[in-house]
Amino acid sequence: MSEQPTYTPFHPRWYRPRISTWWWLRRWSSLAFILREVSSIFVAWFVFFFLLLVAAVGRGEAAYQEFMGWAANPGIVLVNLVSLLFVVLHAVTWFNLAPQAMVVHMRGKRVPGKLIAASNYGLWVVTSLLVAWIVLAGWR
Amino acid sequence: MVKRTLEPLLWLLFSAGGVVAALVIPVLLLLFGLAFPLGLSPPSHEHMLAVLGHPLSRVTIFVSCTLLLFHSAHRVRFTLYDALQIKHLHEFVVLLVYGAVLVGTVAAGYLVWQLP
Repeated sequence: MSEQPTYTPFHPRWYRPRISTWWWLRRWSSLAFILREVSSIFVAWFVFFFLLLVAAVGRGEAAYQEFMGWAANPGIVLVNLVSLLFVVLHAVTWFNLAPQAMVVHMRGKRVPGKLIAASNYGLWVVTSLLVAWIVLAGWR
Repeated sequence: MVKRTLEPLLWLLFSAGGVVAALVIPVLLLLFGLAFPLGLSPPSHEHMLAVLGHPLSRVTIFVSCTLLLFHSAHRVRFTLYDALQIKHLHEFVVLLVYGAVLVGTVAAGYLVWQLP
């Protein structure tokens, strides 16, 4: 590389090819990325669903039973099933990325990524069991 | 002078909400969305009131809902920019998603506060 590169000093407008709105359907990896991002909509749905539960419990026994009856509608069960799948996708991708986000050193050595991911999965199991225990029996 | 933005704070809230979402949403959806509607006998109203009405639960529910909403809003915002390429509607998108967060946070605060 002996010759000097030539620069164009002024660019009023770069040439940018138009990218289709559906670019993410072309490759599996882009589709997986968008599916992961779409999990956010189901997180919002869960907050809405859970707050309805809180409201029903606050209004009394009858309202709580009514909420449980509503939640048993096939349509609502389906929405919750799809939400569960998307949130699990979020959780798995989140925990798998944890080693990149958390760089932990112990005794001058970097803790291996697999160990960090494994401890996150462990925390997931413990939290789930704790929540299930509280809901099902714990404070009775 | 360095231009200060809210972006780092928003990413922090996004991360915190992401952790809450991954840890507690699956088990709660499994119980209240699938198991109880499909036949497992649900907890009594009295038990639910005791669980949700505990001061620690009220604070946890309020903080968690706020973080989850921030997480969701932030991700929806960038998905709209990336997938649908509507970065030019920036102001409208920001107003829409963080407006929804504000409404949801106020609702969550009121609901945990009014529990008997």
